[in-house]
Amino acid sequence: MTEMTGAEMVIAALADQGVEHIFGYPGGAVLPIYDAIVQQDRVNHILVRHEQGAVHAAEGYARSTGKVGAVLVTSGPGATNAVTGLTDALCDSVPLVVLTGQVPTHLIGNDAFQECDTVGITRPCTKYNYLVKTVADLPRALHEAFHIASSGRPGPVVVDIPKDIQFAKGTYFRPKEFQHRGYRPKIKGDLDKIKEAIDMMAVAKRPLFYTGGGLINSGRAACDLLRELVKLTGFPITSTLMGLGAFPAADKQWLGMLGMHGTWEANWSMHDCDLMIAVGARFDDRITGRLDAFSPGSKKIHIDIDPSSINKNVKADLAIVGDCAHVLEDMVRLWRASAVVPDKKALQAWWEQIGTWRAKNSLAFRNSNEIIKPQYAIQRLYELTKDRDTYITTEVGQHQMWAAQFYQFQEPNRWMTSGGLGTMGYGLPASVGVQLAHPNSLVIDIAGEASVLMTMQELSTAVQYDLPVKIFILNNQYMGMVRQWQELLHGKRYAHSYTEALPDFVKLADAYHAHGIRCTHPGELDEKIREMIDVKKPVLFDCVVDPAENCFPMIPSGRAHNEMLLGDAATRVEDAVTEEGKVMV
Amino acid sequence: MPANTTTATTHYPAKTTAEQVESRTLCVLVDNEPGVLARVIGLFSGRGYNIDSLTVSETEHEKHLSRITVVTRGTPMVIEQIKNQLDRLVPVHRVVDLTSGGPALQRELAMVKVRGKGEHRVEALRLADAFRARVIDASTESFVFEITGASEKIDSFVNLMLPLGLVEVSRTGVVAISRGPEGM
Repeated sequence: MTEMTGAEMVIAALADQGVEHIFGYPGGAVLPIYDAIVQQDRVNHILVRHEQGAVHAAEGYARSTGKVGAVLVTSGPGATNAVTGLTDALCDSVPLVVLTGQVPTHLIGNDAFQECDTVGITRPCTKYNYLVKTVADLPRALHEAFHIASSGRPGPVVVDIPKDIQFAKGTYFRPKEFQHRGYRPKIKGDLDKIKEAIDMMAVAKRPLFYTGGGLINSGRAACDLLRELVKLTGFPITSTLMGLGAFPAADKQWLGMLGMHGTWEANWSMHDCDLMIAVGARFDDRITGRLDAFSPGSKKIHIDIDPSSINKNVKADLAIVGDCAHVLEDMVRLWRASAVVPDKKALQAWWEQIGTWRAKNSLAFRNSNEIIKPQYAIQRLYELTKDRDTYITTEVGQHQMWAAQFYQFQEPNRWMTSGGLGTMGYGLPASVGVQLAHPNSLVIDIAGEASVLMTMQELSTAVQYDLPVKIFILNNQYMGMVRQWQELLHGKRYAHSYTEALPDFVKLADAYHAHGIRCTHPGELDEKIREMIDVKKPVLFDCVVDPAENCFPMIPSGRAHNEMLLGDAATRVEDAVTEEGKVMV
Repeated sequence: MPANTTTATTHYPAKTTAEQVESRTLCVLVDNEPGVLARVIGLFSGRGYNIDSLTVSETEHEKHLSRITVVTRGTPMVIEQIKNQLDRLVPVHRVVDLTSGGPALQRELAMVKVRGKGEHRVEALRLADAFRARVIDASTESFVFEITGASEKIDSFVNLMLPLGLVEVSRTGVVAISRGPEGM
């Protein structure tokens, strides 16, 4: 209990919550907080170039560490620029606390300079938000913000602090109890339902684990328990984009990612399974495709911490509300204790069926000696970085899907991507946050040339703080995914998806005092990727790739899992060798 | 490409199969804090749910609790979503579906202003009596009636007043409570 100003309380609360780095941008309405920041060394401030970058950097920091990301921006445009990042964090359940300055309380509602209704604007894109109207409420609001952001289904919380509150003096304290008695996320799953789940799993003939980002949010323990349960049961497993890394891609029970650009085997397994065990995944439209044709013959067990995720899109036969680490722990224990004997014969037949789907080799592409295929570039990037301590972020589009398909994630928290909102421009600032959290690791933003231009200015942040992030741009001069949809769905009318005037990325790197590399030929790719890794500076890698390449497999939106489009290099159905499939089990 | 897709190539998802739409009365107990109503209303508008009626008032002053009664419509799946989404809001304590445990007690209050002379005036008074509406203001050429009851009763009273010189109606919206000894 100490007397201090509101601005000092902000620092005290951040430090008490273990915040090491806060990403921000100063302005009139947060000057008192910046004045407090510069006079202490407990919380390190990272100056970004745009508030959206601050939020994405905090997201990268949060997703790669499991901690809460912290952001500080000013009122008005500072707050509105943060909105995209907030929405992104809400969609992908990323724990953030975003502090916004506000005009003094007596000016609120007067259309003051740089005033906006921050709590009004951010209400639908935050998990919760506060407008602090007296300094006495500030300590509680700050600490509750961290609690709400990180507990239950995580998400972003905004605390809007008027400038006079930052100057006002009050008593700082760390509240012991939580004011919102109605907010009690359910952590432990209902044991009877978990028993029922085990019974359903014991008799399943064609079971499948369908896992998502909830596992990453739940933490390392959840991922370890999942691995144990998958091993114990011998069931196949697939994952959403957000869940990559929870289960190792090198494992033979892994079917690859599912969904719109998922593998043939993952999507067909979803379609044909008789028991789907969804863990921390939310059946979104990129996963289900056409809802009325989604996995028609299966019983569905849905484990999620958020009751509103259950029965939202797909009816669950058995719903278990709880944190997946706790639920999986009970499942592993009960599975062992009940000494279940799964139907070995049925499982073997199921794996044989999966083997025939695998034999389709749905990710196959026609490589070239003349031009770099984007898939090949990611394959080489993976091969040359897999033995290192590597973190991958992405932008949004074709390159993101190729990264998800071809970069093999063995561990959680290594993959940072904008899944729900699909925010172009996420990857570069996110990589800044990741690199800051892991200064000695290799952090690569797999980017597209269109996306990366949206937040290119954060390269300047990376240079300022000596963060040697590698921006690996698959440059096809197109908004590739837009171009692909126009080719397949809009009669090849490529409306405004081609960027006619791109910067010279090597010169641009020079201008930012970073390192630029251009690669145009498959033969020089390995050598240049090695150069990228070795340079101890931020790198812009301009990888000039085939502009016409499409990302397959693809389930056109609104179609069913068994209506997947394949690239011409994949094995045709009639050619699929069943012998090969059998060998793989 | 399978041949069973006869429709033109579209990237818009197919509509989910239609289920029966039903009306539900939900009772939401919330912290009486600034913005809480905006959160509830914003949830309905943002997710495309219907609000047929909405009332809100502080019910427990010491605990700073308000009670929101909302009448909404949707398929069973949507109703379940609405309840779960409401429950997820941080300042929401409880969501109770008053319709699920059999029909709840639902009442509305309305004030109805009627202007007229002669036979119309007499007829209005007679009907008001039949509906147990009270006269709470009167002038030589007008009445203001106060009427309480189920929404349908108020609807029919208002309809009857229409040809008799209805000027204005002010309604509270539905408040509801469950039958029997148990609280929510």
